[in-house]
This record gives sequence, structure tokens and C-alpha cells, in this order.
Amino acid sequence: MVESSAVKISIRDFSIHFDDVTALKGLNLDIYLNEIFTMIGPASSGKSSLLQSLNRLNDLIPSYKKTGTILIDNQDIDTIDVESLRKRVSIVFALPFPLPLSIFDNVAYGPRMHGIKKKSRLNQIVEKGLREAYLWDEVKDRLDTPAMNLSGGQQQRLCIARILAVEPEIIMFDEPTSGLDPISTARVEETLRILKERYTIILVTNNVAQAARVGDRTAFLLMGELIELNDTKRLFTMAQDKRTDDYLTGKFG
Amino acid sequence: MNVYIKQKIAFSILFFCTLLVIVPVLVILVIIFAKGISAIDLSFLAEMPTKGMTAGGIFPAILGTLYLVLGAVLFAVPLGVLSAIYLVEYSQETLINRIVKLAIVNLAGVPSVVYGLFGLGIFVLFLGFGASILSGSLTLGIMILPVIITASREALESVPKSFRIVSLSLGASKWQTIRHSVLPHALPGILTGTILGLGRAAGETAPILFTVAAFYLPKLPTSLFDQTMALPYHLYVISTQVPGIPENIRYGTALVLLLLVLLLNLAAIILRYQFRKRKKW
Repeated sequence: MVESSAVKISIRDFSIHFDDVTALKGLNLDIYLNEIFTMIGPASSGKSSLLQSLNRLNDLIPSYKKTGTILIDNQDIDTIDVESLRKRVSIVFALPFPLPLSIFDNVAYGPRMHGIKKKSRLNQIVEKGLREAYLWDEVKDRLDTPAMNLSGGQQQRLCIARILAVEPEIIMFDEPTSGLDPISTARVEETLRILKERYTIILVTNNVAQAARVGDRTAFLLMGELIELNDTKRLFTMAQDKRTDDYLTGKFG
Repeated sequence: MNVYIKQKIAFSILFFCTLLVIVPVLVILVIIFAKGISAIDLSFLAEMPTKGMTAGGIFPAILGTLYLVLGAVLFAVPLGVLSAIYLVEYSQETLINRIVKLAIVNLAGVPSVVYGLFGLGIFVLFLGFGASILSGSLTLGIMILPVIITASREALESVPKSFRIVSLSLGASKWQTIRHSVLPHALPGILTGTILGLGRAAGETAPILFTVAAFYLPKLPTSLFDQTMALPYHLYVISTQVPGIPENIRYGTALVLLLLVLLLNLAAIILRYQFRKRKKW
């Protein structure tokens, strides 16, 4: 089923350097429409760096250099203006970073920046985003209270709602549950499965079991290289590369 | 001698030094207040000086100082804040930028009398503004510029990086990010810089000496190009240049200047407190 899907993102010969440190070496892979593409691997394997290249947040780092190309819907991301690119390719960070605003203003931040001013329209967008992130019922009576007062798990779902409000095409999750308790983690994972119906999802995780639970396909990266990429089930049951097998079985981490 | 006693002695010395810091402030306040309060009434604040400044009020000097402070702030705050935004948000660490930053630090160390001469050379003579409120305000403005830039820079730098990253990652432009996610949170700090600048601009004598301050004027200034009297210079004049001025008028003038600066600071502190209360992180 995965093989027949449309290619959403193609990454070709893509390398990332920070000064003389190589974060990613000549990566080639395709990510399909409406899949949950999971990347696993130990720290400094290049997963997060790749995410930050996909929406060009890396451009903010002075020492960042890249070679190769990334295409989204067959268009080179360097030819898309950076604001529209980031609107299409959203990221949820490892730590929830609510802005020091009310819950409502956090979710409305993106749409407002994109020129939506009408209060009734913003109300709709905020409610829709919060519902889709399964936060609405918990916060609907206190939308004007500071977002910083929410619990960690609620904040992370708020960040998801904030992203849904800008109607992206691709949502990247950079270890979204690393700071959350098991119940909040389960809720975020549940959200991921529902979101993939309408979005393309890239999930970077340190948690191998999480990749097994939610990923359609899983890539294993090590020291900036793609070691193995396969359907999640197949990767977990019959890894071709010994290093993949060692990582999955916890021989190193 | 045991550890406990040593500690007692150390604390006592530290406490004593701290007390010593308060003493001069209290003494100055008490003396000025005691000697000057008898001069202060409504007519002292609201009337023109009479009889060769030995009687009457100091209204022109108060008004002049307010004009000068206002002019300096109107000039220096936008310029200072905008350049601080550029330095923090846009500039890379290039040689030119390091030179700019170094220049700002050095500007803060220039003696105020040098600013006065500079103002005389540039504004009064070269640009032909004459000795005027405009020249004086610009000179004071340049003097407080480094304070405002430094405070604004620190305020901008203390806004967490995550606010910028989040805003940019939602597709906001760089300017939108600065406007909506950085500046509002830097405002209290910028205000603090303005407070410090205000106090300095109101109290300095040397920069206005050559550029605006008048010994005595029979009428109030009516345009930017008029000279004006100003509190610090007026205080200098009646204390040293004109004999026979009653003591309570001299101390009364000093008290008014002191209260004016304190009042300005208080207003800004209240404003900053209001911002702090709204802060949500």
C-alpha cells in the first residue's frame, strides 16, 4: 500500500555540515503522502538536523552548510519563499514552547501572522485546531488564561493545535513525547494516527517502541548515514543490517 | 577565634558597608529637604523669577528642563531602540558590528562636558541651530543614546530564543517575529533604559551649558529655536554666579530638580511594573 502512494518529499544526495562537523551524509529518501515516516537512531545521528533543514530553520544557524536538494511536491524548497515553506512544513519541538500569551492567542498566532484578522474566523480556527489536538474539552472554558499554566502534556497538544491552525501539509515531530508521562504520550500518539489521514507526518523519536507503535515506515540513521529503511513491521522483525538489529534490540543506544 | 565569630564579624562588616551606602543619600535628601522646603509653594513653581532672581518663582527653568528632557527622549528612544533591534536581531558578528558595539560602549564613557562642546560645534554652529532647545535636546539625546541602546540590547537579548524559533516556524516573517514575539517582551527592559536616560538628561548641566541654557530670560521660549532656562544650570547660576540669593531659594531649586527626576523615574517604574504583571512566563 505504501509503495503505491504519491511521493510528497524527495531528498537527494543531501548532506549537512556545521563548520567542519558533518551531521548528515548524502541522504537519499522519499517520504510519501499521508504516511507516518519515522526516523530512529541514537543521539547525533542527524535526524533532528534533517527536520530543521526541511523547513529551513537551519538557515538561522550561521555555521550551517548543506549540499544536495530537497523537493516538496517536486519543487526545490530553496525556490519557495521561506515563510510559505514553514507554513506548509510545520514542526513540533521536543519541549513544548508555548508563547507567553493566552491559550487562544497561541493558537491564533499563526493565522494572525498570515493575515486573518476577523474575530469570528479566528474563533473557528482556534476551536478546530484545539479539537483536532484533543485539547478543546479541557480548555474551552479558559481560553484567555496563560498557556504557560497548562500541564506539560497539555502544552504539547497546544503546540500541535497551534500548528494545525496554520493548515500545514507536513507535520514534523521532533521527539514530541520525550518530556511527557505515559498517559500524555499515549494521547499524542493517538493524535498522530488520526492526523495522518490528512497530513504527511515525520516522526523523529528516541523511543524505539514508539516507532514500532505508530510508524508506517521506519528509517534507522546512524552517525549521519541512512543505514536501513523499510516498512516498520519488516524493519522490526527482520532487520537486514546488523547495526539496525543491535540498535533495535538495545545493544547500543 | 572560631568559625562562628569570624562569620559574625564578616557579616557585620558587609552590613556596615551597605549602611554606609545609604547614608549619603539620606543626608543629601534630608539637608536639601530641610533647607529648601520653606521656599516651595505654588507661586515658586508657577511664577517667573523677579528682582534679579532673588525672589519669585522658577517656572521657566522647570518648563525648560521638561522641554529638554522630552526632546532628548523623542530623539534618542526611537533611534536607540531601532539600532538595538538591528544589532541584536539582524546583524551578524562582523568586524563593522563589533566596531559599532565598541563605539556605543565608549560613547557611554565620554564626559558630559565633551558632549556639550560637541553640541556647540555641530548643532549650534555647523548646522546653525544656534543656542536653542533643538540643539540642547539633540545634545542630551546623543548623551543618553548609549544608555538606551545598551539597555534595549540587553532587554532584547533576554527574550528567550524559543519565542523567535516558534514564531518563525509558524511561518511568520522575521519582522513579524520581532514585532509580535520579541518587542512586547523586551519593552519593560527598554523602559528601564529610558528611565535611566531621563534622569541623566534632566540633571546634566555641562551639555546644555553651551547649547541652550540661558542665564536669565524674561519670557518663556516659544519655539524650538529659542533659548531656555533649565533647572541644573539655573541652580548653578543662583548658587555661584549671582550674590544675595536667599538660601531657601537655592535649596528649593535643588529640591525641585530632585523631585522632578524622582517623579519621572517613579512614573516609569509604575509603567514597568504594569508590564511585569502582564508577563506570562
